[in-house]
Amino acid sequence: MIAPEIVAEHGLSEDEYARILDILGREPNPVELGIVSAMWSEHCSYKSSRAWLATLPTEAPWVICGPGENAGVVDIGDGRAAVFKIESHNHPSFIEPYQGAATGVGGILRDVFTMGARPVALMNALRFGSPDHPRTRHLVAGVVSGIGGYGNCIGIPTVGGETGFDSAYDGNILVNAMAVGIADADRIFYARASGVGNPVVYVGSKTGRDGIHGATMASATFDAGAEARRPTVQVGDPFTEKLLLEACLELMATDAIVAIQDMGAAGLTSSALEMAAKGGVGIALDLDRVPVREAGMDAYEIMLSESQERMLMVLRPDSEEPAARVFRKWGLDFAVIGRLTDTGRVALAHGGESVADIPVDPLVAAAPRYRRPYVETEPPAMPPLPATGVAPLDALERLIAGPELASRRWIWEQYDHMVMGDTVARPGGDAAVIRIHGSARGIALTVDCTPRYCAADPRAGGRQAVAEAWRNLVAAGARPLAVTDNLNFGDPQRPGIMGQLVGCIEGIGEACRALDFPVVSGNVSLYNETGGRAILPTPVIGGLGLIDDLDRRASIAFAAPGQDIVAIGATAGHLGQSLLLRDVLASPGGPPPPVDLGIERRNGLFVRDRIARGAVSVCHDVSDGGLLVALAEMALASGIGAEIVPPDGVDALAWLFGEDQGRYLVALPAAAGLVERAAAAGVPAAVIGRTAGAALTVSGHGHISLASLKQAHEAWFPRFMAGR
Amino acid sequence: MRARIHITLKDGVLDPQGKAVGQALAALGFAGLGEVRQGKVIDIDLAETDSGRARESLEAMCERLLANTVIEDYEITLAE
Repeated sequence: MIAPEIVAEHGLSEDEYARILDILGREPNPVELGIVSAMWSEHCSYKSSRAWLATLPTEAPWVICGPGENAGVVDIGDGRAAVFKIESHNHPSFIEPYQGAATGVGGILRDVFTMGARPVALMNALRFGSPDHPRTRHLVAGVVSGIGGYGNCIGIPTVGGETGFDSAYDGNILVNAMAVGIADADRIFYARASGVGNPVVYVGSKTGRDGIHGATMASATFDAGAEARRPTVQVGDPFTEKLLLEACLELMATDAIVAIQDMGAAGLTSSALEMAAKGGVGIALDLDRVPVREAGMDAYEIMLSESQERMLMVLRPDSEEPAARVFRKWGLDFAVIGRLTDTGRVALAHGGESVADIPVDPLVAAAPRYRRPYVETEPPAMPPLPATGVAPLDALERLIAGPELASRRWIWEQYDHMVMGDTVARPGGDAAVIRIHGSARGIALTVDCTPRYCAADPRAGGRQAVAEAWRNLVAAGARPLAVTDNLNFGDPQRPGIMGQLVGCIEGIGEACRALDFPVVSGNVSLYNETGGRAILPTPVIGGLGLIDDLDRRASIAFAAPGQDIVAIGATAGHLGQSLLLRDVLASPGGPPPPVDLGIERRNGLFVRDRIARGAVSVCHDVSDGGLLVALAEMALASGIGAEIVPPDGVDALAWLFGEDQGRYLVALPAAAGLVERAAAAGVPAAVIGRTAGAALTVSGHGHISLASLKQAHEAWFPRFMAGR
Repeated sequence: MRARIHITLKDGVLDPQGKAVGQALAALGFAGLGEVRQGKVIDIDLAETDSGRARESLEAMCERLLANTVIEDYEITLAE
């Protein structure tokens, strides 16, 4: 008899539990309850978001595999494919920042190499609480160190990312890790099990009592000391993961593998059930054969352990021996733990007894799907602007020296961003660029989201996140191919939060459709709230693009003095939700800038064409902080200053700091031809000044030396981390 | 007063360093080894002479700095 409180501790509602009773025709035993609760958890079943995720565009001629597998796959030409995904490790990173972040990196890497790809790059999107919060510095230090610790040890470059601070994340930080790999397009591996009788093989590290899922099992099957024995945090081992990576890729070069799935959340449970469900087969496992780290582990613990660096595979008959040799050579555990069956059931034996026997398809089919009630966020009206005498260059200095825009050098210097030797554009630009090994082509990567826009107007914020990712790829000279999304929200059972989720997904869908930028993989992280206070809606967009010729790409650094600076796209001076309002004028509010997807596309295609033809090689997208901040970033990246002239009759602050979308700054020796072509294409383009000297000069508003700008830009992070 | 503090990973937490030590010992031909787990020892000289107060202060040190109590246990031994 399972007590109601045990059911509740497993996160199952009464209704969900009744459904389990109905399907099984009996009460589940504790092992079965643990398995079904994991399968039906928000994390594994996407029960609150699935109906909305289904509205996202996922197809394009270059998409090889969309959502539903371990990672998304897109064709990048020459018989190769890029495999990529982003995933959150928010909660573990809050509890133990180093190990939480490290195992987040390890998990996302496994998702990529499970599909047959060699990982070539890591990115991350981080959100921390207010810099004033007592825990923030400790969390930043641990998370950054954990990401670097895992990525650097396994030898895969961490090439970029984004980091934000807001008091809304005080109790729930976000750690979203993205990995990208390259595979042969005709050798992608999937999780679909097939072939009754085929061996089911466990490889990698041994199973311990790590991170056994949140539910506390107070039932009679566990002794009183069980809770103390079970750590909730997993410890990662990047050196073992490196061995697992090499062993898997070596075996993948043969034809031994039918299906493969990494053991992530809910461990052996989710990998075994997903493989069986996708293949429409049954699976029989003998848990006595699972390599364990500690004596006395019971079936519940073995099935739900989240020990790291493990994989489950289905092999072809007669390939057990050669496969075992590969894994033993790499010093890894290899054990045949079961067979595929034709029963359509997952049957587990332990200690010679049956410990679970449940039907796969009915449980998968009956997995809850909720259309939770929601209330849309009403976008705020524009507040009256405070009358202010703030000088533009003072505002610039304050913004660029503040937590939102200060240099992230302190972070990325801890990451090995050059290992593997193919990093073309390092952190600090619009997009990271990685050479496709042995070719003259490259992939460009970015992660983007502007949570304050999403909070003010979820739909506009969702559109903007996609548009900015697309624009960052374009600004590097890449053809944007596809998106992986990490949707971080609060409690979806609150209609306001659900409204944010719905709005953001709708906005993402609209933008992805308009920009031919399908979603091929992703992750949803809900319930990011503490004491009734939710995080800002944070739908992080990871974008991947292709550069056909690495000699024809763009970077943000000015190339030489005396070049024309051209603003592409219209500047209306939209100050709603701008950093100027929030961080300088202390008057946050208003609607976020509108995103006109038609204009976004037209402007972007024009810019990309100019870069691809070699006419433009200096380009920066205009986003957070507006035009003057973008200009300062270009100057700081190069050590070359600029003089610009605001147009007559405009409000200088709005022109310099408005966050209108669809804009780029480019610099080139002579702008006439570009401006003419832009006019012909219907793209607004205006020469706003020239590169010159060692200062930033805004005509009529004075100048600031690059040396003091650099000092302001670089000082904040090290000072914050030193506690000064 | 002198104190010795043992800091070890909690039971069940993966110990990659201990595992590497175990593998190295096996490679050197030491047979019959089970799991190897390692930790660290910290010796501290204290001006405090009262063992109760010393222990209290050492526990605070462990909680705040010396041990990561999410994944580590500590054990304090006091000597004269």
